[in-house]
Amino acid sequence: MLGKLSWDAIPWDQPIPLIAGGIVGLILLGVIAWIVVRGYLPYLWREWITSVDHKRIGVMYTLLGLVMLLRGFVDAIMMRSQQALAFQAGGYLPPEHYNQVFSAHGVIMIFFGAMPVVIGLMNFVVPLQLGIRDVAFPTLNSVSFWLTAAGALLVNISLVVGELARTGWLPYPPLSEVSYSPGVGPDYYVWALQISGIGTLMSGINLVTTILKMRAPGMGYFRMPMFCWAALTSNLLIVAAFPILTATLAMLTLDRYLGFHFFTNEAGGNMMMFENLIWAWDHPEVYILLLPALGIFSEVISCFSGKPLFGYRSMVLATLWICLNGFMTWLHHFFTMGAGPGVNTAFGISTALISVATGVKVFNYIFTMYGGTIRYTTPMLWAIGFLVAFVIGGMTGVLLAVPPADFQLHNSLFLVAHFHNVIIGSTVFGAFAGLTFWFPKAFGFKLDERWGQRAFWFTFAGLWATFLSLYMAGLLGMTRRMQHYDVPEWRPWVLLVRAGTVVIFLGVACQVIQLVVSIRNRHALRDETGEPWDGRSLEWSTASPPPVFNFAFMPNVENEEPYWTIKQRAVETQNLAQEPDYGPIHMPRNSPTGFIYAFFATFVVFAWRDKHEYEIPAEEVARLDRERRTARQAWLRESAVRLGESA
Amino acid sequence: MSGADTLSPPRSRDPYRLGSRRDTGGGGHGGGHQDEATGHGEGGPASPRVIVGYGFWIFLLSDIIMVAAFFAAYAVLARNTAGGPSGRDLFELDRVAIETGCLLLSSFTCGLSNVAADARHKLWTEAGLLATGLLGAAFLLLELQEFAGMIAQGAGPDRSAFLSAFFALVGCHGLHVFAGLLWLGTMMAQVWVKGWQPHIVRRLLCFNLFWHALDIIWVALFTVVYLIGSGA
Repeated sequence: MLGKLSWDAIPWDQPIPLIAGGIVGLILLGVIAWIVVRGYLPYLWREWITSVDHKRIGVMYTLLGLVMLLRGFVDAIMMRSQQALAFQAGGYLPPEHYNQVFSAHGVIMIFFGAMPVVIGLMNFVVPLQLGIRDVAFPTLNSVSFWLTAAGALLVNISLVVGELARTGWLPYPPLSEVSYSPGVGPDYYVWALQISGIGTLMSGINLVTTILKMRAPGMGYFRMPMFCWAALTSNLLIVAAFPILTATLAMLTLDRYLGFHFFTNEAGGNMMMFENLIWAWDHPEVYILLLPALGIFSEVISCFSGKPLFGYRSMVLATLWICLNGFMTWLHHFFTMGAGPGVNTAFGISTALISVATGVKVFNYIFTMYGGTIRYTTPMLWAIGFLVAFVIGGMTGVLLAVPPADFQLHNSLFLVAHFHNVIIGSTVFGAFAGLTFWFPKAFGFKLDERWGQRAFWFTFAGLWATFLSLYMAGLLGMTRRMQHYDVPEWRPWVLLVRAGTVVIFLGVACQVIQLVVSIRNRHALRDETGEPWDGRSLEWSTASPPPVFNFAFMPNVENEEPYWTIKQRAVETQNLAQEPDYGPIHMPRNSPTGFIYAFFATFVVFAWRDKHEYEIPAEEVARLDRERRTARQAWLRESAVRLGESA
Repeated sequence: MSGADTLSPPRSRDPYRLGSRRDTGGGGHGGGHQDEATGHGEGGPASPRVIVGYGFWIFLLSDIIMVAAFFAAYAVLARNTAGGPSGRDLFELDRVAIETGCLLLSSFTCGLSNVAADARHKLWTEAGLLATGLLGAAFLLLELQEFAGMIAQGAGPDRSAFLSAFFALVGCHGLHVFAGLLWLGTMMAQVWVKGWQPHIVRRLLCFNLFWHALDIIWVALFTVVYLIGSGA
């Protein structure tokens, strides 16, 4: 029954994974023991694990993503340390372990770090911005999350029990076929990605349906906040691209398990078909990660410039163009395949066209800031840092889009520097901007500003130290994924890269400290009004943290910035709107479906449940909303005083 | 300001006259289009029937993209027989014609069961579903027979890339039919035991969509794989 699983699967002879696995295992056991002893388990089960509330699921997604980003960062430090040591020497990581580490770094960062953070933010924010009470399919949402978590668990287990693929983060055949990778590594990879990929697909279907069919009254498409547009396009890409991943991984699985010949060397298999299929999924994946980040920057820059977003409609068009065009550029990942000058030229041009749309966006951001009253808060710093990083990273991308140049730079560290520069500059900066921006909405208190700004400056400086050096090493001809090397000219750049990772590490440390300090000072940082940033969209109209039903009354949307309008009206008239007649609200019941489905794959049982919703009585709704109104009334009085002073 | 604050302005403040719906409270999530908004969701969240149907359509589209990837793989590998048998040597169009007949007829009976469900007639709904299930099972049996026969001749999926792509594409459709049969059984039991609760009716709608989508994919499969393959 256990198949290839035996005691030999644990690498007794390799101290590094064993010790690391032991420490992580001990920490996990410690946390679980602490939870059980303190009696938090029933609470966790009731309120979080079985929760179908989009806000809680969003928080759990984000938490999973952050932990995995740390995990992937450890891999990065290990790799760069190895390269710093392995000049005309063996270094400290044996090749088979080093290969697993760079595979794990890519897999974890993209699938289990960046994706969960981005999906978590969309899950949390989109229903609030749309002015509704939950996503379209709340229980399915929970299933999606737990499938992603199960995949993440599998990848992490594989590094201790058995092995992970040594093939790089995309397992190109024939290397990943049984004849060249007889071990269980690619199997772990395939199953982990298949499971979490299905979770992501369901999450995409859920959010597309939510955005297209469940907006507050009056919110036409051209009144949706930019982040919702970004989420819509990103999830459309998920729905269109992830099925290709499912099919491709299924083909690789059939090759490995049942002797099929999709991608093999013999019997007519075509390994370049794998490259085409996997990039037909993975290039859209890049935009799945990028678009929500651009959406976050739209919200952040407009809010902290105190102006509506410049060129809203051109922004929407640029977003849709990226969504469409992102599907037509996949071949630029393998210009060297030899498809001929015609095909390469077509894909080179389509790649360069993407930068037109991103250019529109960058200019719109700059024009939004122009003439605004800019507040340099942590989210705004991340956004401005993004503008710099994205323009430089984007330009190296345009360079790589030219096929003759790509033939020189293919698989070099220049390429690695390019996509790190862009992904960190956009997705990771965007994730941090979004986290600091919406953290007070989720938990009711702000994050500490000082530590946040320190985190930004260390990360920003580290980014350049690391990736400018990688650009240089790449131009000097250093290829990616080298376990050791003998060229003395590369050595200084490799050492600089190592130093850069240390600076980034300081940034990461500041983030952790920021979280700890903020939680400790949460009473001082508390925000009673539900609106710490002088925000413009509907998520700021409700309390922080929002009640389970989000809005006691469904907002009625009149323009692109519904909440800003409401607020200005209230400030002018010095009155909150009249208190409404509160009515009872029906909310979906919590369910262990997601948790149990993800780990035991039993679905049918839950189809027999009869009661899907529970009722929150009108008095309870009224009580919760009146608390918020009281805080708002106080805020209004203060703002009147402030207005008087400034006048 | 509360969501309630947004209620206060009169309709004239709304230049596009989109947000004219007054939520009288308690709508839960998904209140329905109860107003004269222009559509596209401006009238507030759609009804659960619309949301569930729409979400399922999106799922079906994603599923069709997955099958499209298998189609693409088949198109790339169709001539790579590696010296083994080709479609002309293997395909028996008589059997495939009967399979096609079974599946198309099952779509018809599935539609009939939907008509009966609209009339809330339990017996005829169950009868229609049963007929659908039997025809689907007959289709699956014929397909498995075909597969077994090919493997017995030494033309299994490990023989050549063409056969790999063939078995994966046709098998993928077959797996969908199998999953559909499990779903169908569950739906028959639920209609019988639980009757016409709104969520059961919505599931029936989704099942119908699923079953017809399988049919559409089979029509493409029949044409691209069997008709073109046995002629080439």
